[in-house]
Amino acid sequence: MKPAAFDLLRPDSLEEALQALTAHQEADIKALAGGQSLIPMMNFRVAQPSVLVDLERIPDLRGIEEDGDWISIRPMTRHFEVKASPVVAKHLPLVREAYEHVAHFTIRNRGTLGGNLSHADPASEMPCVMNALDADFVLQNASSVRTVPAREFYLGPFTTAIEPDELLVQIRIPKAQADERFAFEEVSLRKGDFAMSAVAVRLAFDGDVCRSAGIALAGVAGTPVHAEAAEAELVGQPVNPDAAARAASSMIETIVFEGSANITAEYRRHVTRVLIERAIIRAVASPRI
Amino acid sequence: MSDTSIKLTVNGEVVSRAVEPRLLLSDFLRQDLGLTGTHVGCEHGVCGACTVLIDGRSARACLTFAAQIDGSSVETVEGLAKESGALTPLQEAFRDSHGLQCGFCTPGFLMVANEYLRAGGSADRQEIREAISGNICRCTGYETIVDAIAKVAGKAQDDRR
Repeated sequence: MKPAAFDLLRPDSLEEALQALTAHQEADIKALAGGQSLIPMMNFRVAQPSVLVDLERIPDLRGIEEDGDWISIRPMTRHFEVKASPVVAKHLPLVREAYEHVAHFTIRNRGTLGGNLSHADPASEMPCVMNALDADFVLQNASSVRTVPAREFYLGPFTTAIEPDELLVQIRIPKAQADERFAFEEVSLRKGDFAMSAVAVRLAFDGDVCRSAGIALAGVAGTPVHAEAAEAELVGQPVNPDAAARAASSMIETIVFEGSANITAEYRRHVTRVLIERAIIRAVASPRI
Repeated sequence: MSDTSIKLTVNGEVVSRAVEPRLLLSDFLRQDLGLTGTHVGCEHGVCGACTVLIDGRSARACLTFAAQIDGSSVETVEGLAKESGALTPLQEAFRDSHGLQCGFCTPGFLMVANEYLRAGGSADRQEIREAISGNICRCTGYETIVDAIAKVAGKAQDDRR
């Protein structure tokens, strides 16, 4: 299995990369980040871009920084860097926790957060986490910049709001607040594999009462699923095991579960209910930041 | 479809070549440089047989274009043993513990184990399993591979005390 031939561009600046995307819009041009999803697709020739723009040499696309109430992560920051970042551990405990389920060591060494989010695999953890945290994705083309909320970013399997001439240039994630609690739960065939079902939970409290909730699922539909039915069961009341069970039961009623190679629809439905309930209970008991 | 000029260090030697952009690092190592110790199994990033170190970190050579790592330093399984043929302690441990049978996956396991040990990885079997979780072996059942890595990690722990 070898990729089809393509032309490679290696820009040194973001401007150059964006100009290349504009110039080659008609060709099947793709941005190359860490390549850990795109290259296997090219090896299988499922993807046959005629031009690749390698983003490796653009320093502006790397790094993690604090920006007021937000953490800004540039897209070419590699998974291992995000996982090991003290800033992420302190301000984004849900991201840190979910990283225990993201791929294997060797894949995290080269895979990037931006590449992962843009690839939009429906069973991938980070798109789901960004949904639960209400992250913003900053998209840029040669002439303008726009911000798309994570919840509007995913349009279908492997399909996002990124236009052919745009790049994801920044991921902005709200810092965890003192009254917030988090948990992430997943079932996969092997550790590090994509999720058969996964759930990311953010709960904000006013005393004992749940003030707001962000719950998202991965692996159960063509995009990350914003679990509105589960959130509605929790907001405005104390969150106890009964409420968690009700939230999980209401949520699975809103999804048409499908089977796949390793899992029946019935099992996915069961596991999703259990994971939602478990994640909510664990979030309530999780330590304050 | 013009070639891309790259210059990189492979097992300590500087290599300059013009390569097709679609050339995978695994094929570059095996075909252009004759370093056939890097094995090609699945060619889509699942088996780990082609694992090498790029700038000290393990990477799938089949999920990397040679042109992507212009300027980097690559280590392959050929870079482990001395020219005299003397094995590294890790390679000896694999031999002594029967950490290989057919040997197809071994180069990949040796490279991820190297990364793990260089980072000061412990002899804890669960941690070792996590470190090698991206590599597949169809012969050994992994126990003997974990034995081999644990042996070297345990000795390194003792030496640090």
